Amino acid sequence: MLMKGNEVIGEAAIRAGCRYFFGYPITPQTELAEYLAKKMPKVGGLCLQAESEVAAINMVLGCNASGERAFTSSSSPGVSLKSEGISYIIGSDLPCVIVNVQRGGPGLGGIQPAQSDYLQATKALGHGDQHFIVLAPAYVQEIATLMGEAFDLADIYRTPVMLLADGALGQMMEPVDFEAKKQRTLPEKTWAACGHGNKREHNVVNSLYISPEVLEQTVLARFERYKLIEEKEVMYDGYMTEDADICIVSYGITARIAKTAVKAAREKGIKAGLFRPITLWPYPKKQLSALADKVKKFLVVEMNMGQMVDDVKVATDCRRPVEFFGRTGGIIPTPDEILAKIEEMNGGAD
Amino acid sequence: MVVFDKPKALTNAPFHYCPGCTHGIVHRLVAEVIDEMGIEGETVGIASVGCSVFSYDYFGCDMIQAPHGRAPAVATGVKRSHPDNFVFTYQGDGDLAAIGTAETVHVGTRGENITVIFINNTIYGMTGGQMAPTTLLGQVTTTSPYGRKKEIQGNPIRVVEMLSTLDGTAYAERVAVDCVKNVINAKKAIRKAFEVQKNKLGLSIVEVLSTCPTNWGLSPEKAIEWLRENMMEHYPLGVYKDLTKEAAENE
Ligand SMILES: Cc1ncc(C[n+]2csc(CCOP(=O)(O)OP(=O)(O)O)c2C)c(N)n1
Ligand code: SF4
Repeated sequence: MLMKGNEVIGEAAIRAGCRYFFGYPITPQTELAEYLAKKMPKVGGLCLQAESEVAAINMVLGCNASGERAFTSSSSPGVSLKSEGISYIIGSDLPCVIVNVQRGGPGLGGIQPAQSDYLQATKALGHGDQHFIVLAPAYVQEIATLMGEAFDLADIYRTPVMLLADGALGQMMEPVDFEAKKQRTLPEKTWAACGHGNKREHNVVNSLYISPEVLEQTVLARFERYKLIEEKEVMYDGYMTEDADICIVSYGITARIAKTAVKAAREKGIKAGLFRPITLWPYPKKQLSALADKVKKFLVVEMNMGQMVDDVKVATDCRRPVEFFGRTGGIIPTPDEILAKIEEMNGGAD
Repeated sequence: MVVFDKPKALTNAPFHYCPGCTHGIVHRLVAEVIDEMGIEGETVGIASVGCSVFSYDYFGCDMIQAPHGRAPAVATGVKRSHPDNFVFTYQGDGDLAAIGTAETVHVGTRGENITVIFINNTIYGMTGGQMAPTTLLGQVTTTSPYGRKKEIQGNPIRVVEMLSTLDGTAYAERVAVDCVKNVINAKKAIRKAFEVQKNKLGLSIVEVLSTCPTNWGLSPEKAIEWLRENMMEHYPLGVYKDLTKEAAENE
């Protein structure tokens, strides 16, 4: 089946059993809401346009708190508005799926594809001690599998999961197979606030803990869960990293362009490779660290000003030089530009 | 013989409210209505950020605590996925009419079948007595120490009047809990609001003129007097919208 990235997000959500979408229009992800507006009523679901991204994320909070799968989607400026709600969702240990089809920023920025919300997504989207899972698809097919995974991971770990895409991937038309996702066993939502039917104690979904000791304990318990996620849920992909001297580290749409550059470099006899984190949190630290034993240099390629560079340096303990090439403001780097950077680094290697 | 007992729909957790605070009375009225309708098992309450935030511990039904101002949006998410459950929010004036104004207006525009219990005490209780959107002109608060002036801080907002202009609002009434007669009437209004929800007629909201003796700097008794003498003039009691009546008249 040939489908557009943005529509695949919606279709994969429906196939994951999600029946509730709450959003607010913003380029470049509006087709997703439009797709769901058509499709949801046909499967007995609801696609509701909220009055703002703030309201949308809180509708998602309510829906998830009552035990249903709900998700929201936006692009960069709208995701900033959702940050309060996401922090509450984390504090309430609720599952939730959020999509960010990134565009250039800061401010109103532009409407062209970008990856400049990397730090926001992986480090500090909302207030408080927290993490959440961030998935970065590079192919339309990967959107389909990761979107399904997102709902499962959210339920299993009671955490928000963000699908971090970009405008280019959202617009891309590619073949997709929705059956490719693996099946997982899901826990029962015994905590859901959906009416106790006089059969159990009342459930309270809450993020307030006035006693610092109790708050500390809930945060610690949550971080135990984060450890488990870091152990079990890291995803990444590699291309010709085995014998690489120069290893590109890149994710999402940019990794695809980098792959073309790697192939071109190989044709020129330069031993280049590509390491592609698929989970941006948890970050594939161990795998990158192992690579640092083999490669001579790292090259981070992103559509921003180098937001992932520090993660690579930390993962590799700065044992190898980490250089950066990127374009920002909504400009997609070309394979030639990346190749030129590889050649420059290769020249300096001897 | 038991003449006066705790409603079943309240838990055994002791209220933390100040002496003379009317939050407790309103909790009781909501719980009595839930008991009388026999709907505790099907009800989900949304606690807001304000002095009543701990209402999630006091109401025996399932409860969700919403971010400041967002209770109506959270309620929307619950109600849309559980249309046969009863969903109510319990919100203060800062929560509902300042930071959450957009969320409040839009449950009205969409005609969400939820019930909003709105506590108007003209002040921010929880944070220690700052000006609220409902603070009266001339009223002294910690952030309007020279009295609220319309030229500087603007005018106090009349919420039920505003919401009753929206087609999706089915029922809007302002009540007070300053005397037995008004308390009885307040309970009737809350009951009616839940009935409106049951019949899926749209948004139902009950604004309750309440006291905050602590931050008004008055004794509980004087606070009740202050409510009567100052609040009722700007916020007249009464039914502002009732689609059940219109429906009956059209028959
Ligand atoms: C985003 C955000 N801003 C500010 C606050 C601080 N805050 C807590 S309660 C409150 C006002 C509560 O007043 P009201 O809604 O009138 O309820 P009351 O306490 O009077 O019952 C404020 C401003 C907060 N918790 N969150
Ligand atoms: S501060 Fe005011 S509103 Fe809050 S509990 Fe005390 S009297 Fe009630």
